Amino acid sequence: MSSRGRLALFLLGAAGVAVLFATAFLGMPAFGSEDHPYRDLAVPAAVRHATANVVSSVNFDQRGIDTFGEETIVLGSVIGVAALLRPAQRESEQRPPPDRHRLESTTLLGYVLLPVTLVVGLDVVAHGHVSPGGGFQGGVILATGFHLLYLAGSYQALARLRPVEIFDRGEALGAGLFGVLGAAGLAATGAFLANVIPTGSFGQLFSGGTVPVLNVLVGLEVSCGAVVLLTHFFTEAITLSVGGRRERGGGT
Amino acid sequence: MNLYAYGVAGWLLLVGAFGVVRSANLVHAVVSLSVAQSGTYVLLLCVGYQRAAGAPVFGSTLRPSTRVTDPVVQAMTLTDIVVSATVTALLLATAVQVHKQQGTVDPNRLSALKG
Repeated sequence: MSSRGRLALFLLGAAGVAVLFATAFLGMPAFGSEDHPYRDLAVPAAVRHATANVVSSVNFDQRGIDTFGEETIVLGSVIGVAALLRPAQRESEQRPPPDRHRLESTTLLGYVLLPVTLVVGLDVVAHGHVSPGGGFQGGVILATGFHLLYLAGSYQALARLRPVEIFDRGEALGAGLFGVLGAAGLAATGAFLANVIPTGSFGQLFSGGTVPVLNVLVGLEVSCGAVVLLTHFFTEAITLSVGGRRERGGGT
Repeated sequence: MNLYAYGVAGWLLLVGAFGVVRSANLVHAVVSLSVAQSGTYVLLLCVGYQRAAGAPVFGSTLRPSTRVTDPVVQAMTLTDIVVSATVTALLLATAVQVHKQQGTVDPNRLSALKG
């Protein structure tokens, strides 16, 4: 289809969607109103299990099984990327090219921020049930922290710090133990991922029952998964060479 | 003002879709899809918003008896962001493969599907 025809078709469809949106929005409860039936149920449920961060309570306690699915999606996407980016037979791994020059300020900032970022990531994971944050957010911060080493140092430094086999196992462990904890809830109370750990007192580090444990497992899974994922992209971009790929290039 | 936030959500979805339609680069198309998906974050947060209410994270300054915004839609937004990140990763990996197989990332120059 020509570019012009495609645009015309899009504009027609977009106008239709816009009309449907406007109709739906006009029929919705007023923006910012008092009417939140789910909130009225979720907040008391979180308070009952002494989880100060209600969003974490919804994710890891009340809708725990959905989060199990969500975690499996992360695992599945890492496996999918690994399968898509696996080296083809005609590709060979070569030594990464020598590093380009980096500004000294970039190196300094990277090395200063590396430990800070790792500590912030651990903090966000560990306090996901009492303050904003949690396993998904903290896991991404941790993975970002590792890659500061690439920005500040070199790919070789990152590769030394990041034994991929260990991160592979960490990811599998995080996802697997989540299921184990869910099965423990099933065995103890008859409900998958039921909150079987004593819930402690509201707002303390040890509170919320299974919520902080699941946060740590998700943090492990997400940080390891993100590192493994980026490793595949790095390998693809830096150390693989294909006959003729560089010459053909272009086409952007 | 009441419909403004919903309008932003609809606008993000449509402008992201527009980016996909007009895209001349698969990476651009993937980023446009992320823009379209961020419309759903805005929509979900709008649905849960309440005027003069706190964030649903209680502490010493915010007692559980005070009014907060809806935590359920915020949890769904988190799920949404995770799904968006995984979809982006898979699509970018596919774009790398397309470039490897076909030598181009311009969707207009991809003529046929090849196994």
